[in-house]
Amino acid sequence: MTVDSATPTVPKQGFRIDFHVWGPVIALVALIALGAFLNPNFLSYGNVTNVLARSAFIGIIAVGMTFVITSGGLDLSVGSMAAFIAGVMIMIMNGLVPSMGVGWGVILVGMMVAIVVGLAAGLVNGLLITQARIEAFIVTLGTMGVFRSLITWLADGGTLSLDYGVREIYRPVYYGGLFGVAWPIIVFAAVAILGEIIMRKTPFGRHCAAIGSNEQVALYSAVHVNRVRLMTYILLGILVGIATIMYVPRLGSASSSTGVLWELEAIAAVIIGGTVLKGGFGRVWGTVVGVLILSLIGNILNLANLVSPYLNGAIQGVIIILAVVLQRQKKVER
Amino acid sequence: MKLTALAGVLALGMAFAGSAVAQEKATIGVSIPAATHGWAGGMNFHAQQTIKALGERYDNLEFVLSTASDPSQQVSDIEDMMATRNIDALVVLPFESEPLTGPVQRVKEAGKWVTVVDRGLSQENIEDLYVAGDNTAFGRVSGEFFKQMLPDGGKIVVLRGIPTTIDNERVEAFQKAIEGSGIEILGMEHGNWNRDDAFEVMQDFLSKHAQIDAVWASDDDMAVGVLEAINQAGRQDEMWVLGGAGMKEMIKRVMDGDKIVPADVTYPPAMIGTAIELTALRFVSNVPVSGRFIIGSELITKDNAEQFYYPDSPF
Repeated sequence: MTVDSATPTVPKQGFRIDFHVWGPVIALVALIALGAFLNPNFLSYGNVTNVLARSAFIGIIAVGMTFVITSGGLDLSVGSMAAFIAGVMIMIMNGLVPSMGVGWGVILVGMMVAIVVGLAAGLVNGLLITQARIEAFIVTLGTMGVFRSLITWLADGGTLSLDYGVREIYRPVYYGGLFGVAWPIIVFAAVAILGEIIMRKTPFGRHCAAIGSNEQVALYSAVHVNRVRLMTYILLGILVGIATIMYVPRLGSASSSTGVLWELEAIAAVIIGGTVLKGGFGRVWGTVVGVLILSLIGNILNLANLVSPYLNGAIQGVIIILAVVLQRQKKVER
Repeated sequence: MKLTALAGVLALGMAFAGSAVAQEKATIGVSIPAATHGWAGGMNFHAQQTIKALGERYDNLEFVLSTASDPSQQVSDIEDMMATRNIDALVVLPFESEPLTGPVQRVKEAGKWVTVVDRGLSQENIEDLYVAGDNTAFGRVSGEFFKQMLPDGGKIVVLRGIPTTIDNERVEAFQKAIEGSGIEILGMEHGNWNRDDAFEVMQDFLSKHAQIDAVWASDDDMAVGVLEAINQAGRQDEMWVLGGAGMKEMIKRVMDGDKIVPADVTYPPAMIGTAIELTALRFVSNVPVSGRFIIGSELITKDNAEQFYYPDSPF
């Protein structure tokens, strides 16, 4: 049961622990044990909620990134895109307050705007990659700079803040929840479960893996390569929009420092989770584990005072590499 | 004939600018970091405002403004200004001290006027004029405020900025100021002058420590994140927060007598304006402007908040 859940094409390896499958989970469990050992508050309801809720932004984006990377692509623009969407969303909501009044109407329009702008941004990335045939790395490096500049320009170098009244109504979307589970966690879980189903059970998921594995073969097998690729970038754009919907109520503001390096965190989470950077194989549940590993490292370092805070980045780097080494060790890379 | 014309020109110049040297054309290059966080945004705003005002006031001055998003880009900007715009003076807020020292020294060696703002170069005596905020005073004033608010001692947490000399100077002065006061620092972590990072660091401080009497957020952007984390934990009545720099939203709260934001400490981004104005004076008047100009850090409380409130600034 351990093996067929992830790599159906690889012959079974008997009862040995397959590190490729269980590596990230083992790393996660080890981190949780370490955290609980170092600080009794680590497993408290408050801390667990904090960690899961702050993972949600990167997590939702990383689920989309899993599809992009599985099909052999890459998107470096997601962090800037999130900042840009947050800025546009805040400006439109503030602009609507005089005519629509303060209420859920304005917020719903804002949410729609976030999804539409995300979709449009993903469409631009996707079209440039599939129709103009430019490398994904270059296209998204370019749009990364464009979105980052646009938010700086929109905010006039400062910070865009959401109208106070709207903010008060919108706040529960981050801080509230259902049966004690915060909304960002619920949305993250829903996105992850849907993503896992799409990746494993639908033609779209299989086509992503086929294209990433060998584009020519996929083309001859009647897969609409360009259409599937375009869809992955649009899907990612929409998910960035959803992440932004959860992000804006947290601090009610957007500035040029919003979402900096989110793209690298999302890509790192995807790779830690066992998806292959070259494409051809992806798993959404692994990405979720990867995101949790990344947030837990920061949380444990804050709670424990283990090392000088100057070294936090180094510890993070070492754990990321270890988590990947653990799963690649027993297995020759395809 | 020629002499009278010259005299006429001189008289005109005196009439316009009240100075004998006013007719010399001069180009002043201004090189600053891009608006990557709140304080830098305010600094960009004030640089543009000052240049606009000076351009209208003095016809003979021309300005070249460039904003860089990393040190190597700033070096290229300065080289371009020298090569293509033939600047007479450079006003520079170095992104980092080390990489900018050499290029700025070459500008000086070419016989140009150099004004360095806020972040000193790693070699002394390059610049003609140095305009800066006082990071030591920033830490000291903050520390003294803590001592005054917690006369019997207390437990506090500290959020630090991006690891730099600026941050070190502030924190050292702060620690020195609270020495022997019975104030215990429970923890210090880097919030990188960033709202989101500060929010997460503060959440973790709140999980870790059952009693926190006050927070030195040391920056107003970080204070925003800290306040939100405190609200989320519902512990607003237990502690207060001191930020720094003078963001308009925070000054507004001080002005309104908000209990959780009792004060703020200035570190004005408008110091870039001071530097450009002083440099301009070098070309339009005979007043001496070389030397060091250190802008103090002041404590903003409810009583004086109004004079620090600039509602139009983005910061």
